[in-house]
Amino acid sequence: MGKTIRVGSGSAWWGDRVEPARLNAEQGALDYLCFETMAEATVSAAQVRARRDPSFPGYDTYLDERMRAVLPACMRQGTKIVSNQGWINPEGAARRIVELLREMGHTGVKVAAVNGSLITDRVLELTDRILENGQPTSTLAPTLISAEAYLGAEPIVEALRAGAHIVVTGRVADPSIFMAPLMHEFGWDPLDHAKLGMGNGIGHLLECGAQVTGGYFPDPGFKDVPEPWNLAFPIAEVSEDGSVVITKVAGSGGAVTLQTVKEQMLYEVHDPANYITPDVVVDFTTARLELLSADRVRVSGISGKPRTPTLKVSIGCTEGFIGEDMFFYAGPGALRRAQLAKRILEERFRIVGLQAEDVRIDFLGLNAIHGAATSADAPEPYEIAVRVAARTKTREEAVKVGREVDGMAVSGIAHTGKRVPHQDRTREVIGVWSALVPREQVPASVVYFES
Amino acid sequence: MKVKLQHVAHARSGDKGDTSNIAVFAYAPELYPLLVEQLSAERFKAFYSGAIKGEVLRYPVDALHAINFVCHGALGGGVSRSLCLDNYGKALSAAVLGFEIEVPDSLVPLLKNLPEPA
Repeated sequence: MGKTIRVGSGSAWWGDRVEPARLNAEQGALDYLCFETMAEATVSAAQVRARRDPSFPGYDTYLDERMRAVLPACMRQGTKIVSNQGWINPEGAARRIVELLREMGHTGVKVAAVNGSLITDRVLELTDRILENGQPTSTLAPTLISAEAYLGAEPIVEALRAGAHIVVTGRVADPSIFMAPLMHEFGWDPLDHAKLGMGNGIGHLLECGAQVTGGYFPDPGFKDVPEPWNLAFPIAEVSEDGSVVITKVAGSGGAVTLQTVKEQMLYEVHDPANYITPDVVVDFTTARLELLSADRVRVSGISGKPRTPTLKVSIGCTEGFIGEDMFFYAGPGALRRAQLAKRILEERFRIVGLQAEDVRIDFLGLNAIHGAATSADAPEPYEIAVRVAARTKTREEAVKVGREVDGMAVSGIAHTGKRVPHQDRTREVIGVWSALVPREQVPASVVYFES
Repeated sequence: MKVKLQHVAHARSGDKGDTSNIAVFAYAPELYPLLVEQLSAERFKAFYSGAIKGEVLRYPVDALHAINFVCHGALGGGVSRSLCLDNYGKALSAAVLGFEIEVPDSLVPLLKNLPEPA
């Protein structure tokens, strides 16, 4: 029986719940607690906010809340933390964590910030084509907000090797955050694609938090889990050979089953034999799953192929605005009234000359979610929300959506229910494109702080 | 007998840009060949009719008794620019649970949560 490392999840996205992170810190007996807090547009949204609001520090807006929840137990038990909460300011996040540590009376704790993912000023020279449409990336120059490369696990490993207790990064590929501790503890070589395939596969199973422990899963009568209001985040018990048991804190709600693990294994995966990450190309088709006991699933056999010479770059651009609002019908004839309301809005958008790239009028309760794929025999609902959205070049145009929905109050049809228009019904669109950059063009750097 | 897919398989969708991957998992290994035989990329795309605008690629994963459908042009131009309320398409995987699938009598006992015949 060799060494086993316990890695737990602390979050799967920015808005994730904090209580399960605290639970993992306090009762998970973890060696490492890892946080994933970024979505595709997180960096661009942070750049936009930082330009408008000089007081915005540029890191996870829940940094304090998350760290206050987990630091006491992590410091008491010696659990190390790896987190991508640095967003566009990893050093700022590291300094804030140092402040929190001092406030709690923990001195001499080494905190590392991993920089280097932001390449906004160089992206148009370093990249060639937009992956989604084949156009030159130079076409994005007028609208470019931010560009960041997805770094791999290596700079995190470097920080851990240098003695960092907490490592906070900008954009790093999600699975790499969770794999870095394994590379460090087991001494895996960055080019050992067999080990890293398994390691990144484990990272992928952990990166979406509760999605492997019963979240985004229950369907009454078909896929029931106990106490779904009390879900825990996952824990991976990893052996030196890379095999793993996925589990969770005893007594929590949810479940770890073959089904939850399978669903997460293919989540956001395209070709399951070629899941490309900065560190390795993962092959899930060779995976073996075994239910050992309640809430303990052993996974082995995930394989890997050599990493690609490039890193993926996410490029955020301003792409106009979306105007959006809704109003309501209920009772007998709700659908026929909704249909007339739709017709009125379409005509009025013509009358006011709405300039839109795309307009969508849905009947929420009938077809707003599956759209054209809505079953033809779907029953007529008792209640319908008419939901209107348009994408436009300017905010002035986007405003027209809410203004015409306002008009439905007294210039509409019988039995129209409406909200008071107190909230802003427009928002800015940040479009995200992808490109590839040679990996040697994006060197990472690590900066150290101490509490 | 013909049943809705929800009695044969469970599903989960994930997003990347304008692409949704919808993975379908047989409830039992014995049911997996039904998916392989009857749930072709063409039928899958047709079932989603206009909701998937681009190509559908199909990846059977025997080890997981699952098929991954990679659906291009399914997220309204991309998560951030989509006008769909469910812009990540996290509810998109539920639609396929209504796909009608033929199940031989011998496998009917393996179906999940099948209503008792009236």
